Amino acid sequence: MAASRIDAEAGSDGGADLHLERVTKAFGPAVAVDDLTLTVPAGSFFALLGPSGCGKTTTLRMVAGLEAPSAGRVLIGGQDVTATRPHQRPVNTVFQSYALFPHMNVVANVAFGLKRRGQKDAVRSAREALDLVELGHMAERKPGQLSGGQQQRVALARALVNRPSVLLLDEPLGALDLKLRRQMQGELTRIQDDVGITFLHVTHDQEEAMTMADQVAVMNAGKVEQMGPPEELYDLPRTAFVANFLGQSNLLPGEVVGERDEALEVSLPGGGRALLPRSRAAATSGRVVVGVRPEKVHLVPQGADGSGDVRDTDGDEGLGDAVNDLGTGRVVDVAFAGVSTQYVVDVPGAGRLSVFAQNLGSSVRVRRGDRVRLACAPAHVFGLAGDVDLSAGLGTSEPADERAAVSPSPADADENVGVG
Amino acid sequence: MSVLAGLQGSRSAPGAPPQDAPSAGRRWLPYLLLVPGLLWLAIFFLAPIVLLATTSLQTPVPDGGVGAYQPGFAVSNYTEAMADYWPWFARSLTYGLIATVLALLIGYPLAYVIAVRARAYPLLQQLLLVAVIAPFFVSFVLRTIAWRQVLADESIVVQSLKALSILPEGARLTATPLAVVAGLTYNFIPFMTLPIYASLERLDQRLVEAGGDLYASPATTFFHVTLPLSLPGVVAGTLLTFIPATGDYVNAAILGGPGSAMIGNVIESRFFRVVDYPTAAALSFMLMTGILVLVALYVRRAGTEELL
Repeated sequence: MAASRIDAEAGSDGGADLHLERVTKAFGPAVAVDDLTLTVPAGSFFALLGPSGCGKTTTLRMVAGLEAPSAGRVLIGGQDVTATRPHQRPVNTVFQSYALFPHMNVVANVAFGLKRRGQKDAVRSAREALDLVELGHMAERKPGQLSGGQQQRVALARALVNRPSVLLLDEPLGALDLKLRRQMQGELTRIQDDVGITFLHVTHDQEEAMTMADQVAVMNAGKVEQMGPPEELYDLPRTAFVANFLGQSNLLPGEVVGERDEALEVSLPGGGRALLPRSRAAATSGRVVVGVRPEKVHLVPQGADGSGDVRDTDGDEGLGDAVNDLGTGRVVDVAFAGVSTQYVVDVPGAGRLSVFAQNLGSSVRVRRGDRVRLACAPAHVFGLAGDVDLSAGLGTSEPADERAAVSPSPADADENVGVG
Repeated sequence: MSVLAGLQGSRSAPGAPPQDAPSAGRRWLPYLLLVPGLLWLAIFFLAPIVLLATTSLQTPVPDGGVGAYQPGFAVSNYTEAMADYWPWFARSLTYGLIATVLALLIGYPLAYVIAVRARAYPLLQQLLLVAVIAPFFVSFVLRTIAWRQVLADESIVVQSLKALSILPEGARLTATPLAVVAGLTYNFIPFMTLPIYASLERLDQRLVEAGGDLYASPATTFFHVTLPLSLPGVVAGTLLTFIPATGDYVNAAILGGPGSAMIGNVIESRFFRVVDYPTAAALSFMLMTGILVLVALYVRRAGTEELL
């Protein structure tokens, strides 16, 4: 990926930088995008991730020129394009609805942009682009005669054939079923590697954003909550919204009660106590929120008398000397999902925490009703400011109908473990 | 039909599978429903056509009075009628064509504004649609008579035009080809506008955005995306305008003069004044087939393949 990015920057064919400078878009009193500043490096695959209504599509449309910003500037390759019309911008869009011209056949659709720019042998280039997406044999068909996945590929070819400086993807995989979506995710990443064009991909699917993009910006209510490589966002979310929207998190409100070298000592509501590395804390005194990903939490079965077995469910070493105690509670739900098992543990005072444990065979089996202690390594916890809304980003991750249709929750849990 | 089938299915005896072979009545029902329409067409379309065809070939009764004709096979009725009246045919086709083009030029932008620009304002859209349809509440003939008042020599319009020297002294608007074409255009604008509105109303605005995204200026997008997608409406509108406008005689009779009479006026006077039924029938037949051929050529040319 890195190599092709350098090639792209060196070659004339590659993408261009995209800068948004303090861009605001208001529709009447409603502010869709609020003072947004964003830099997308040339040749990168950049994902704008957020729930519906967070302003990500409006941002994309402002880059395309389909909406005019209320304030701010849009720069492509250093050139201010804020005042230009869509057809004057070196960008192309793969629309969510594909927006293929129904009265033209597939090859005419793909050649449309080339012809408008007066390029010779537009039709030949269009056919080559169709071969690239493996639809060369469908060239003479009308879009209405193609399946959803095929239409999606035609839309991609129609945009890519123009070699835009920036390719905009507006939830292009949203209408595809899960299997096809996976396949197209792979194909899109491959094509981006090949052509080196800057991709700006808008999606509400956190998994899609994490698997495909080099850089992810998580948007909420018109603002970017956090921006960075997916691994970094997942490992160290800086807001409750990011912690909940990107994967799952256990968030525990606590109080800083002491300091040790590089870590803060936090007392937790369930009677637990956690060490929070100073470098991973957004606030260093008073009330804080301690967060930890479900797959980083270990279950330690407790005897009836409260004495604990030191082994945890994973049989996993590496907890180190310092072990964070997140509290003791009773297992209220166990969901087996093949590679992992999802446990829900009710910790008095702290609420319900979830734990994902890989099924490695050697694990101690924990059943519903068992008493367990929850432990994790200090290096795996992150700290948020104490005044955050713990439920931010919950339940908004995706439109319920769509999510339910393509990915039931056990599979969801699975994905999170895989990525984490 | 499906509702009826459902009812019958639920009424069928328990145990009998609903996919039983349809009874004879069920199979014939759709055709039965066609009977009233077919009868109507047979009585009011087919019979008159046959009657017209036989009339057009009749010959005068020797030594008979005015309007006395006997069955015959006088093809010369056609050749003579064409030889005598081809200028009226040519004029009708020309007027019809000009009126259609003018109605298209006026009706398309009108339909576009109502269907696309006013889409965000449903109330305005409905008001504009009512304004297009409103003339239908007044009879066609009455409206044309009103036009004669508007264009009359002593009307305010003509007087002011003369006062402003736009119209030279002594010139007039009534009894001119201009008045006839203007009347035809006016009367058929709704027939042009409504079908175009219907096809533009379904136009997906995202396709227009896609055009802009693919380097097409608004004008180019219009000619490559919007216009082709509204072509079914344009074809329907031009047919609904051209066919009746070419055969029309009301506008020419009320707004025109002897120099602007159309073939409809000739047929009317042959039928009712001269009582020359065979010639009138032959002219009617030639008008009908002429329009049919032109329309067939036009629809082929407009291309069904372009119409989705």
